Amino acid sequence: MAADREKRYTPSQLMVCAAAREIADGEVVFVGMRLPLLGFLLAKATHAPHAVGVYELGAVRDEAAPQPILTMGDLPNLHRAVWLADTADIMALLQNGSVDVSFIGGAQIDRFGNLNTSYIGGTAPMGTRLPGSGGACDLACLAKRHIIIMAHERRRFVPRVDYITSPGFGDGPGWRRSAGLPRGGPAVVITTLGMFRFDPHTCEMVLSSLHPGITLENIQANTGWPIKVSSRLEQTPYPTNPELAAVERFDPLRFWIGPES
Amino acid sequence: MTRSKLIQLSEAIDRFVPDGSSVAAGLCLEAMIPFAAGREIMRQRKRDLTLIGPISDMLFDQLIGAGCVRRVRAAWVGNVITGSGYNFRRAVESGALAVEDHSNLTIAMALKAGAMGLPFMPARTALGSDLFSTNPGLQKTTCPFTGTPLTAVAAIAPDVALIHVQRSDEFGNSHTWGNLGVMRDAGLASRHVILTAEEIVATDMITRDPNRVIIPGFRVDAVCHVPWGAHPSPVPGCYNRDHQAFIDYRDDSRSPEDFARWQKRWVDAARQPEDYLNLLGPERMEALHLRQHAFSDPVDYGY
Repeated sequence: MAADREKRYTPSQLMVCAAAREIADGEVVFVGMRLPLLGFLLAKATHAPHAVGVYELGAVRDEAAPQPILTMGDLPNLHRAVWLADTADIMALLQNGSVDVSFIGGAQIDRFGNLNTSYIGGTAPMGTRLPGSGGACDLACLAKRHIIIMAHERRRFVPRVDYITSPGFGDGPGWRRSAGLPRGGPAVVITTLGMFRFDPHTCEMVLSSLHPGITLENIQANTGWPIKVSSRLEQTPYPTNPELAAVERFDPLRFWIGPES
Repeated sequence: MTRSKLIQLSEAIDRFVPDGSSVAAGLCLEAMIPFAAGREIMRQRKRDLTLIGPISDMLFDQLIGAGCVRRVRAAWVGNVITGSGYNFRRAVESGALAVEDHSNLTIAMALKAGAMGLPFMPARTALGSDLFSTNPGLQKTTCPFTGTPLTAVAAIAPDVALIHVQRSDEFGNSHTWGNLGVMRDAGLASRHVILTAEEIVATDMITRDPNRVIIPGFRVDAVCHVPWGAHPSPVPGCYNRDHQAFIDYRDDSRSPEDFARWQKRWVDAARQPEDYLNLLGPERMEALHLRQHAFSDPVDYGY
């Protein structure tokens, strides 16, 4: 109902709610930290109670941790897990096609959804060194689909990333198959300004929704290539009060969602 | 009669981590990081080390800042809840530090190859990525049976693995519980294994539950009794994560001068592991204690 739409929310909260909507009930979700974790927990608390979370440090959960966590190694995240195991076991699930959806953040992205979290500006000469792949390269290569969450800024949305840490669709149709990737690809990009999906024929990012208050001009000004816009462009749904309350429970210190706007 | 392997941490680092060694650490990712062993490496001013691990939450950045490291073979180096590792970033950008870029799966397969005595393990990850351009240990290959494109991940066999466990006997028979990361394969792949243990227990306790043994005792070279040896990372059954330490470190490592002060305070001033605990103080430690215990039911290994 329009009555319980919360008009006061931060971009991070909107992104978490959008991320949650992308998870279907019963899916096996490779969970990262930060906003993706909150998205997963929100999905489980709402429409996807049977979703299963797998964590690369060696854990599988089917219920939220009993207390809010900041890292996946926090003891509440290991408490009453349904499986505690090796990283190789979790990666086996990913590589053998058991993971339906994963989340990745990016420092730099291009129009085919390739991500860079390693070297901004490349290596020769040496540019800015970022922390690296972690599991992101694996998730981009091997999940049945992956969802990208990141801030939308011109310096991040570039025509071609300087270094591919996590492969998207490479340079277009057929690239993933010829590279030898067995499945997958980016399905959605959730940003601070809007959401993109990928054209099945061109494999290029297409704007599918604008966040409330954001214009096409805002998005284009923050994107380093002429964006494609869906003929069925929508407005991203507002977060609801129950959704915001749930997110607040999972991140009471607002460590990930940030201070109130 | 088996000889006791129980020695002081300072002796273990002195003997088993010579300059130029390759050292595997942080093997359970965010949990059970051997920070005390890392501080001892810094205190002994070790040089030219190669660090190996999947992700490093702060530990590798500390060792790099202290000038101990020549090369890193890892998937991620930084401060998990705050982002970048500033020492790491400075060292890579200045050319002082070489990096071999892995993903969590490639580093897991590299250690598995080492553990299995194989020259490489295949994987389906990294295809199409630029990891190949910054990691000579990744090569494109094809399956000899199906012709499927694959990534060949070269084996990594570290000189020494630093592994923190909840309890061990004095002969290296230990128990670990929680998430296990890549510790199993690292323990089998490494030439030497140093255990830092929260508690030293009787052998009888260990052999009454052999499923909790992740690294067989005969592969262990040294056992060190180091309570709180993984602080500020969490240890299942022992203590929670000290988030503030990681947040403080972001500020304490922003510049080389900041880090030098951090090192003076937390490494050089704490000559023994106990000194570090005195610096933390009992209140801070008490706040990390488990509030909610959750014991498992015993199982019967009888006959």
